[in-house]
Amino acid sequence: MPEPSPPQPPAGSSAPNSALAPEPRRSIVIRFAGDSGDGMQLAGTQFTDTSAVFGNDVATFPDFPAEIRAPAGTVAGVSGFQVHFAADDIFHPGDKVDALIAMNPAAFKAHISDVDHGGIVIVNEDEFTKTNLKKAGYEVPEGQKDPVNPLDDQSLSVNYRLYRVPITKQTQQVLKESGLDPRSVNRCRNMWALGLVYWLFDRPLDTTEQHLHETFAVRKKKPEVAEANIKALHAGWNFGETAEIIAERYTVHPAEIKPGLYRKVTGNEALAMGLITAGQLAEKRVIYCTYPITPASDILHSLAPMKHYGVKTVQAEDEIAAVCMAIGASFAGQLGVTGTSGPGLALKAEAMGLAVVTELPLVVVNVQRGGPSTGLPTKTEQSDLLQAMFGRNGDAPCVVIAPRSPADCFHAAIDACRVAMQHMVPVILLTDGYIANGSEPWLVPKADDFGKIEVRHAAKPDKGDTFLPYQRDENLVRPWAVPGDEGLMHRLGGLEKQDVTGNVSYDPENHQTMTDLRHAKVIKLAEHKTLIPDLEVLQGDESGDLLVLGWGGTYGSIATAVSRAREKGLSVSQAHLRHLNPMPANTGDVLAKFKKVLIPELNTGQLRLLIRGKFLVDAEGLNKVQGKPFLVEELSDAITKSLG
Amino acid sequence: MPETKLPVLKAKDYATDQDVRWCPGCGDYAILNAAQRVAQALQLKRENTVFVSGIGCSSRFPYYMNTYGFHSIHGRAPGFVTGIKVANPGLDVWMVTGDGDGLSIGGNHMMHLLRRNVDVNILLFNNRVYGLTKGQYSPTSQQGMKTKSTPYGSLDFPVDPCQVALAAGASFVARSTDKDRGLVPTMQAGAEHRGAAFVEIYQNCNIFNDGAFEELTGKDTREDTVVYLEHGKPLVFGKDRDRGVRMLGLRPEVVTLGKDGVAEDDLIVHDQTNRSLAMMLATLHPEFDDGGNNLGFPEPLGVLYAEPRECYEDLVQQQVDAAVEQRGAGNLDALFNAGDTYTID
Repeated sequence: MPEPSPPQPPAGSSAPNSALAPEPRRSIVIRFAGDSGDGMQLAGTQFTDTSAVFGNDVATFPDFPAEIRAPAGTVAGVSGFQVHFAADDIFHPGDKVDALIAMNPAAFKAHISDVDHGGIVIVNEDEFTKTNLKKAGYEVPEGQKDPVNPLDDQSLSVNYRLYRVPITKQTQQVLKESGLDPRSVNRCRNMWALGLVYWLFDRPLDTTEQHLHETFAVRKKKPEVAEANIKALHAGWNFGETAEIIAERYTVHPAEIKPGLYRKVTGNEALAMGLITAGQLAEKRVIYCTYPITPASDILHSLAPMKHYGVKTVQAEDEIAAVCMAIGASFAGQLGVTGTSGPGLALKAEAMGLAVVTELPLVVVNVQRGGPSTGLPTKTEQSDLLQAMFGRNGDAPCVVIAPRSPADCFHAAIDACRVAMQHMVPVILLTDGYIANGSEPWLVPKADDFGKIEVRHAAKPDKGDTFLPYQRDENLVRPWAVPGDEGLMHRLGGLEKQDVTGNVSYDPENHQTMTDLRHAKVIKLAEHKTLIPDLEVLQGDESGDLLVLGWGGTYGSIATAVSRAREKGLSVSQAHLRHLNPMPANTGDVLAKFKKVLIPELNTGQLRLLIRGKFLVDAEGLNKVQGKPFLVEELSDAITKSLG
Repeated sequence: MPETKLPVLKAKDYATDQDVRWCPGCGDYAILNAAQRVAQALQLKRENTVFVSGIGCSSRFPYYMNTYGFHSIHGRAPGFVTGIKVANPGLDVWMVTGDGDGLSIGGNHMMHLLRRNVDVNILLFNNRVYGLTKGQYSPTSQQGMKTKSTPYGSLDFPVDPCQVALAAGASFVARSTDKDRGLVPTMQAGAEHRGAAFVEIYQNCNIFNDGAFEELTGKDTREDTVVYLEHGKPLVFGKDRDRGVRMLGLRPEVVTLGKDGVAEDDLIVHDQTNRSLAMMLATLHPEFDDGGNNLGFPEPLGVLYAEPRECYEDLVQQQVDAAVEQRGAGNLDALFNAGDTYTID
């Protein structure tokens, strides 16, 4: 093997040296695509980690099929992972792909249309066989025997920079003496491809080498697998350097990121850490009761090993049992949390109503996915907002909080737990598949950055007095009395409670009073700016022609689109609602200062309905339900159109 | 050291000031009374005791016990119970449910509560009818029962609570009736058992299914229709204690002592630790002809099965304790710094 020649490494990198100097770019979007068994998620994650360690800002978007192993080679079975890495701050995983790595015809077919005109397309040409082309659905033209090979299409080379690389053969060649069986050898193709991509984008190999060593040699005790993967990784890099098939290289210099210690987190990981943190700050056990459901299960997977933090996890028999267990845990004085996705939220509705009436702390995480019904389990959507707001029988208000990015899930989880415990109210944490699985760099905080979460429990009544479980404080919050405490015995339930005493009451006036109180308690939260801060205009003037108002996981794409529109001189501002119920106290005032309000949502207009209803603002919508996040371009077009 | 004398609680100390609102004559009164007597016998600490229920007539129970209480939602009491025990394994938790609440809408949860063996005392009031919704058939109703929802007779084959409990892996299964002398001791045995104790109580609904268990509870008939299970004792029953149950091969049969040379030694000796025997006993029921003669078996009352097994909430706690011992109590800085961190200068 020829050694990489003369050293000219970019500053701050330990990338191997190449004869071909890379051309610097501000940002690049690449996408790995292959069969769901091809290890594309690993390749993508590794590229992300490497770029993050290198100092880029990164944003990712994994996209995988609902089937664990859909029929190999079919378009339905294609798994993709998109990485946006940049020398500037970025908020979203990118619209158009600058470079696609397609491991088979199905991956090529599913993703080619997303590649930017003139973009790089690397295909594993060994897999473009007749069988695989057929599996991918390429048709056999009339009077011919073989299916069309899209790589033979002349227009492809006109529209893209196509590189046909024999990834399978090269991997087999380099590992022929590894002693691994052919199947295991083929499983190293992703690392070979990653090595080539590292060469192409001037990335160091050490982060991935270390990961492969840790995973295979240390944890799985298979040093030969670690060695083979590392060998494949280097071979891919060397192929780029020596084969002279690709005559271009790029680099993205480190971004101006606030100095400090970082780690990459997904939304689900950050949310799990937020729950643990809240438990510690409140000196409560987190009791996380849940039923596995995509895309929320990773929260359970993150919490289950955290028993040394006092966390108890229960995998319940179903969604209903899970929420009931969480409520039971809160009744018993700990922090009951349940997590799910849309269909599960529907099943939990009745029990959540009970938590509303019994006024117990409860946190319900809903990682939204495409609906209705089973819908698109692995795809993202924001269509559970109205379910979170109103999806229970009776008037049953819950607090609703929606984090805006993967890292924000951490803070939102702490906020949700604080509100639930301090205000004795169920809180719905509304994330989505996009931020749950997407990742971004997270500035590692210090424990000392956080103040305690003060939790008050009911005091024993004076001798002769009876305990009144529904006597409220100035915030309309009832006392949290915990079994085991003397003198506070009381009985809760879903039958309407008598004001103050908490006894069963069928009195009509009392029902009115209690309904009003439950509503007022939630509304009153907005008086506490520390809990529900004012709505801020994040970009642009406090008044103007257009306010783009978003909520939840669409933040990054909207921020980018508004920023671009402002660079063009347009009078556009951005605001983002994190608190959906109650909304910040000044929301109406902020909206009133703009001639127009545009609300982009990944649903058919749910926030718009709320905003129009609450504030009589004639807001416009940009609505999309394709299981995918907004492209910046789509938002830019809507902004232009709205102003036009 | 001088012993501090704790105040002795009387049965009425376990009653709340709330008016009991079951129909006059309902079997629930007797069960409430029995529960308060068991509480008194065991001197349960009221502040340490929680009664949890679902929905149905029986589920009003917690309002009448001067302990902590939770009247939850239909069929889901097992979830609340599990959450409470996982959060605080030290509490004494009781669950009150019915044949509809516990075996129809909540059948799934019941199974999982039992197999996990959460330490809870389950009282399943079986009146074989829906009382609160005014008289529809329930999952334990006899086939053919005519109700408002089944004017031509119900078609559903009934479920057998004790068989379900055993099949689900319950570590304690017992049966009694609202009028039976064995009710208090049976409930008490359940309360003393560590683990999920399933006690089925035949309860008369005098409005919608009056007399459903008349033969089992009537003074004149019960000795001939009931066999009281006692650990280590043979299955003898009858006014004159002259009848019993024995195994003929793999089939149980009712025999008369002294007839055809049958002696007490031939009878089944109850062993409450024998799950297979318990399963068989759970299948024994009377079958009455139109004249009220029992053509079937005597109904076994008492403890069918009791075999301690580790409780779920203890196992959960043990994993937490072991993790703390092995890894040290987690601190937040370690949590934040875990995983692949990198420094941006």
